[in-house]
Amino acid sequence: MTKEEIKSTILEIIAQIIPDEDLSDLKGDIPIREQVELDSMDFLDIIMELRKRYGIEVPEDDYVQLATLDGSVAYLEPRMKEL
Amino acid sequence: MAAKKPNETRIVITGVGLTAPNGNNLAEFRKSLLAGKSGIQKSNIRYMGEVLAGICHFDPLKYQKKKELRRGTRAGSIAIYCAQEAIADAKLDLACLDKSRIGVYLGITEHGTVETENEIYEIKQFDYNVKYWSHHHNPRVVANNPAGEVTLNLGITGPHYTLGAACAGGNIGLIQGLQMLLLNEVDLALSGGVSESTGSFGIFAGFKSEGALASHPDPEKACRPFDKDRNGVVVSEGGCVFVLERLSDALKRGAKIYSEIVGYSINSDATDFIFPSAERQVECMKLAFNKAGISPEDIDIINTHGTGTIEGDPIECQAIREIFGEHPHAYMNNTKSFIGHTMGAAGALELAGNLPSFEDYVVHPTINLDHLDPECPLNNLVINEPKRIDKVDYILNNSFGMLGINSVVIAKRFEE
Repeated sequence: MTKEEIKSTILEIIAQIIPDEDLSDLKGDIPIREQVELDSMDFLDIIMELRKRYGIEVPEDDYVQLATLDGSVAYLEPRMKEL
Repeated sequence: MAAKKPNETRIVITGVGLTAPNGNNLAEFRKSLLAGKSGIQKSNIRYMGEVLAGICHFDPLKYQKKKELRRGTRAGSIAIYCAQEAIADAKLDLACLDKSRIGVYLGITEHGTVETENEIYEIKQFDYNVKYWSHHHNPRVVANNPAGEVTLNLGITGPHYTLGAACAGGNIGLIQGLQMLLLNEVDLALSGGVSESTGSFGIFAGFKSEGALASHPDPEKACRPFDKDRNGVVVSEGGCVFVLERLSDALKRGAKIYSEIVGYSINSDATDFIFPSAERQVECMKLAFNKAGISPEDIDIINTHGTGTIEGDPIECQAIREIFGEHPHAYMNNTKSFIGHTMGAAGALELAGNLPSFEDYVVHPTINLDHLDPECPLNNLVINEPKRIDKVDYILNNSFGMLGINSVVIAKRFEE
């Protein structure tokens, strides 16, 4: 996957988890939880979706790296580029 | 007659919110009951394939966001819809109420079965690796879930819990709310029952294994209490929540009063896991008469519990005959013949469907009764067509459940 594809995949997962939110103006460098209503259980849904769809394990210590959209792409890029 | 109680100790119904397989509010539900309209349809369920079920068709997005629906349970969603509708029906403005003085008390037959089955199905796709087990599982399956979802949705901070009482749950949720008002624990009770049973293959399969799952080429004719060709239960979902208040509070705010709950009782058979006991059902009805300070002759309508099983229906008939005699004054009907067995919701839904009789003097019928089983001789059973009667002052509502739990509620026409 390219970085753009990874980004759109993450956005698609988030849209599925918080379907009432408008994600069109989501800024890449600001924590996602500061921009939309996304709580800790929703965040765990993102982790679970990555596990189920792509077999990607995100250790708890790395959760902080998924705080922003840009951070998520950067963290997942080496793990998803071969997909 | 019993001495008149102070208004602070009289509990009245001032709002009704419901969803049934044949109606999503009391007016629709009542219209269907008087028109003989069933709500039973074909449905598909995992591992079982085609089954007959009563499915509700309310709009869950009327009161919930999509995310709430995704996170919560069907029982929670049904409970929220019914609670919101009940509050609206009671013309209450939540913003003006002390939310710490509102209690939510909901009867359930079971809870968590649907969610657990779904999760096991999900991890089966991953060779039963439990790291794929959802973090939503525990908050979904805790027994208080349906009542708790109501408090989250409405911002209610008073007590909430469910009452596990098998198929007597709806009556028992109602009784619990009444008791908490009498104890002055709350000022308003959202009381009733809910069921999401149609989402669980295990409920259907369980009845089938017992030889008690109804079947019929025409789904609408499958639930046939007291008919000699009945062959079991139709599993349904549904919910009904009443707004209960002390009469003194209801009068103060000029509320519409549907009925006063004057009698209630709960007892146990202590005999069998499944088979009911006529002796204990008789005792239960007598306890309710004592509480109400009335006699069987005062009852005008009896909503029978009859689920359409071979074994259960004659036992209730025996109990009713023992109390009301061979030629009772009271007219009898059965709501499950229309909507199937809404499990934890049944007691509350079935009472709700009869409440309009206080105004229109019409008894809705029992449908699908083509050949009355000689084992179920009930005089005054209103069969297939509604019946107008001269007097409706008291309605008795029977609701019994597995493990031998019996409940009776007596509703009275409201008079100051």
